[in-house]
Amino acid sequence: MNKKAVVVLSAALFLIGGVLTGCGNSSSSKRNSHTAALVTDGGGIDDKSFNQSAWTGLKAWGKSHDLTKGVNGFNYAESSSNSDFTPNINKLIKANYKTIFGIGYNLDNAISDAAKDNSKVNFAIIDSVVKNRKNVASVTFKTEQSSFLAGVAAAETTKTNKVGFVGGVKSSLIKTFQAGFQQGVKAVNPKIKVDVKYAGSFTKADVGQSLATAMYNNGEDVIYHAAGGTGAGVFTAAKNASKSGNKVWVIGVDQDQKADGKYSGGNVTLASSVKEVGTAVEDLSNDAMKNKFPGGKTLSYDLKDDGVSLVNDNMSKSAWKIVQSYQKKIENGSIKVSAE
Amino acid sequence: MVKQKYSGLIVSLSAVLAGLIVGGIIMLVFGYSPLQNYGNLLNGAFGDIYSIGETLRNAAPLMLTGLGFSIASRAGFFNIGGSGQYLVGWFGSIIFALKFSFLPGWLLIIGALIAGSLLGGIWSWIAGFLRAYFGTSEVITTIMLNYIALYFVNFAVKQWFAAKGADASANILKKASLRVSWLTKLTDNSTFNMGFLIALIFIVIMWVYMTKTKSGFEINSVGLNPQASKYAGIDTKKTIMIAMLLSGVLAGLAGCIDGLGNYQNISVSNSLPNIGFDGMAVALLANEHPIGIVFASILFSALQIGGLSISVYSTTPPEIVDIVIASIIFFVGIRYLFERLIAPMLQKKGVKN
Repeated sequence: MNKKAVVVLSAALFLIGGVLTGCGNSSSSKRNSHTAALVTDGGGIDDKSFNQSAWTGLKAWGKSHDLTKGVNGFNYAESSSNSDFTPNINKLIKANYKTIFGIGYNLDNAISDAAKDNSKVNFAIIDSVVKNRKNVASVTFKTEQSSFLAGVAAAETTKTNKVGFVGGVKSSLIKTFQAGFQQGVKAVNPKIKVDVKYAGSFTKADVGQSLATAMYNNGEDVIYHAAGGTGAGVFTAAKNASKSGNKVWVIGVDQDQKADGKYSGGNVTLASSVKEVGTAVEDLSNDAMKNKFPGGKTLSYDLKDDGVSLVNDNMSKSAWKIVQSYQKKIENGSIKVSAE
Repeated sequence: MVKQKYSGLIVSLSAVLAGLIVGGIIMLVFGYSPLQNYGNLLNGAFGDIYSIGETLRNAAPLMLTGLGFSIASRAGFFNIGGSGQYLVGWFGSIIFALKFSFLPGWLLIIGALIAGSLLGGIWSWIAGFLRAYFGTSEVITTIMLNYIALYFVNFAVKQWFAAKGADASANILKKASLRVSWLTKLTDNSTFNMGFLIALIFIVIMWVYMTKTKSGFEINSVGLNPQASKYAGIDTKKTIMIAMLLSGVLAGLAGCIDGLGNYQNISVSNSLPNIGFDGMAVALLANEHPIGIVFASILFSALQIGGLSISVYSTTPPEIVDIVIASIIFFVGIRYLFERLIAPMLQKKGVKN
């Protein structure tokens, strides 16, 4: 390429640019009373986990107020890497969304910075606490409580007295799942061994599958996963083991994962430790609509207010009864679950 | 010879056009409007000063990883390790900025840039060394080094630099940041920073180096024919290592400017950053020409940043942009087809003239 070529290339680029800008969108002037959007953490709105349940909540909110997806209603922006957070948030601000959710603790810096520059927009951060911003609501979940119940369910179901835990990235958040699970197992039977493994990622189903396969081969018959998309591999491993005659279980996470456990011979989902990110998103959007957005506050969801829960998918009746009795004990405070 | 010079450019432009057309067809098939989406994409990338700032900010590291890949490629090596080199560069620069925060701002930034790019350079030099002395395939070693970089950086950040339970180091001081207030203000609060200028400077330096210096000439000739170069008295082992070192320095520098300019800290990564691979695509699209790399990386960056707007303004899933990018690379890959199609056309023209 020589200089001429460069000139031609740049001219061509600008020409294409000029032509296309001409037909850029013009957002319609008719605006609804309130609009909301969310920015995902790595992984899309179909991750069968965290991001998806947030998006489901936002969709439900939109539906209940007759809003459609788009600039006049509700929307999402997917981040394929951490460097997308800030541009995504800013694009949503520019598109005039009134309430913007950051789904996941990774976004806390980006949300905090954006909130500083845009004091009229409501921001919410899930799973983290952003301090000193009056327009940011922080939402946390007492997932150690639902994980405790998952531990009880696992301990009541295991026949080998060996159960497993597969975490995504070893962070303080995922450790609350691990800690709750271990306490739950111990409460039922201190002799049961809990094998803890981390995949190092929330998006690697292949790693999840190889970890889980090894664990099932090692005689662990219930695995609780807190690993987002990596957990899909745990389900695959469980289905493969069950198909070949070794009936094993998975405890799902974040949303009811019963559908993920289906296979030709039955279902491997024992229970799901649900975290109602969707409910939180819906609640906050409603609050914002009524001009009651809890900016600057930290909202903590727990078992009592159904922010977290254990959903029975395929548990035996007796096991479920015991889980429920533990749930009451946690709710009335006679059992305290530690987050560490 | 003019024909040859233009054919690279024509192939690249046709590939971009073909990629956009394929994306458009897919949008049509699924009932979305290509005009509206490309309009939104363009607006999202260049529509206002803020978007331009983001696009150029995102283009800068792409330029450097693309340039890095192309230097190794000129010497005949396929450096797939851009992502790992970028990651250690990012790590090195942030750690330097945190540990030597008592230094004055300009010294701190220069030190951090040197620390990061040097770390990136060492990372790929390892592959170059193994290649030069043991004939180990650099494809394998750079891939493996990518994973070593990923897990080492994750471990180091968690173990030594992050607060208990956190996933990221502290933020660097403002004086160590490549963001300067006048650039931020100029671009309406975007993350645009000095990194873009640094990248441009290195484009010029590497262009001069590859075309005007003896060492650059040696890299080119080793790539064209290692045996003949050796016979001509070029120290091929040294040249291999220099090419790989430079390649890593550039990728490491990309990590530095992203770290100091964009992220302001180092965090645990879920997976290898894509930027190393995107840099390869940029280099391929640009036919490994430094000036071409500038435009190719702005184009890729525009697709990425503008692509984020697609789902904001319409119901089209944002993944469509990935299809467009992938098809562009695909069409660059089959450049042979274009050359066969285009060469006869050019020849006809030549006869007429």
